[in-house]
Amino acid sequence: MSSTQVFAELAYWQQTGIRVGAALAAVLLVAGALVYMHLFKAVSFMQSRLGPMEAGPYGSLQLLAEVGKHIQKEDIFPTKADRFVFGAAPFVVLASTFLLVVVVPAGPDAWFIDSELGIYLGLAVSSVSVLGILMAGWGSSNKYSLLGGLRATGQLIAYELPLILAVVGVVIQAGTMNMADIVYAQANGEIFGLGIVGNPYILTQGVAFVIFLIAMQAELAQAPFDMPVAESELVTGYMTEYSGMRFLLFFIGEFATAGVFAAVASVLFLGGWYVPGIDPTADVMNLLGPLVMLVKIVGLTFLVFWTRFTMPRFREDQLQRLAWKFLIPIALANIVVTGVLKVAF
Amino acid sequence: MSLLAALSADADLYVAQNVFFAVIAAAMIFSAVRVVTTGNVVHAALWLVVVLAGVAAQFILLGSEFVAVTQVLVYIGAVVVLFLFGVMLTRASLGDDESVGDEKRGMAAVVGVLLFAVMAIALIDSFEDGRLVIENPQSVNAVSDAIFSQYIVAFEAVSVLLLAALIGAIVVARKD
Repeated sequence: MSSTQVFAELAYWQQTGIRVGAALAAVLLVAGALVYMHLFKAVSFMQSRLGPMEAGPYGSLQLLAEVGKHIQKEDIFPTKADRFVFGAAPFVVLASTFLLVVVVPAGPDAWFIDSELGIYLGLAVSSVSVLGILMAGWGSSNKYSLLGGLRATGQLIAYELPLILAVVGVVIQAGTMNMADIVYAQANGEIFGLGIVGNPYILTQGVAFVIFLIAMQAELAQAPFDMPVAESELVTGYMTEYSGMRFLLFFIGEFATAGVFAAVASVLFLGGWYVPGIDPTADVMNLLGPLVMLVKIVGLTFLVFWTRFTMPRFREDQLQRLAWKFLIPIALANIVVTGVLKVAF
Repeated sequence: MSLLAALSADADLYVAQNVFFAVIAAAMIFSAVRVVTTGNVVHAALWLVVVLAGVAAQFILLGSEFVAVTQVLVYIGAVVVLFLFGVMLTRASLGDDESVGDEKRGMAAVVGVLLFAVMAIALIDSFEDGRLVIENPQSVNAVSDAIFSQYIVAFEAVSVLLLAALIGAIVVARKD
């Protein structure tokens, strides 16, 4: 009996429960892995230091120690803060991440929702995180927080456009917005009649891929796009007044969002759970697929954090100019070219 | 037809949908009242987010996923965010804002009642006692086919209107 049949015999609420649990695990485990592998270890090697070594073998339990530390800390509310807005802001940011992971499939049956809106739904819910950042910046009653919140909002609005426009190229080429169908379109695609590796859109949509990665870096507010949290000017921007659990939520949110965006990028451009040689609809891909996805996520996020710890910070005007005068026109040209070629072939 | 007669005539009444419609509608009405009664502009904008999210939820209940997602993307992700951005750049005071006055409330109430009347009449006039079939959710393909064939003129007209607004905004913002 195939895994599909076993799954189909479960009641609707049981399936939903499994999918919700898997979504939570997909966000939190990936975020933890990224913090350990990239923030603790890869960056330490780049900067010629060991990174955490004491907690567990090679410091592998450091993450638990950090979480424990933050949970113990007092949850401080500034006297003049707007208590409800201040308190709710981290949850809005994290909720947007958890809603975004819902559209990412990791196998023929290992999806959270199988909607024909797919990537469109993902882009819509990811835009809600701006609201949480504005709430944090304003609710803190701190001028650095407010400035950080405003900078973050200006940046996220500016870079959301190239992000969406880059995705449009992929959607035109695949002919669908459903994430699983985008994977199948890549797996069954051919380049000049050669179908050995399928057609991962990084090859035919390379321009869109680069734009997507740059815009993703900016959406995550990682250096060189870290004006919103510029520590030498704004302390830590909109996170300045947060401590304890709520700071931890922002911190988890940062890495979880990096992982989820990388998952979206790997579905759109790297063929998702598809590996050449294995039928993407085979049952075994339900187990293998998440692992393939994890490899692609780790690879893409390594690029994100490599850039983060290598590049100096953009100035605010350079940052806006890059988005509006450079990325958006190129993304629009990419859509036109893709559309023409789609009709021609 | 009275409500009871309708209940007995239609065995296939959408009970779950109706219950959730009522719950969401109640939350929306409460939030909408808070939008106009709260003393703080930022709070008003945040209550507006709840109302707009409720609208998106109602669209999902009606099987119009595409419209619901667009509602979230455009209204929550863009319009309210830009609104909050503007408010915070200019008058982001915490606590109650005295300049949020009562003097315009009468006029606003008149406008609200008139808008409600126009929309209610338009809805009743066009649907009368017809029933919506929500077993078949509206597909994206159907929506795009309708936009780019049946409603192509209206779609292009709206595009040109938006372009004009965009150019107008640039002209107003330019210093020279």
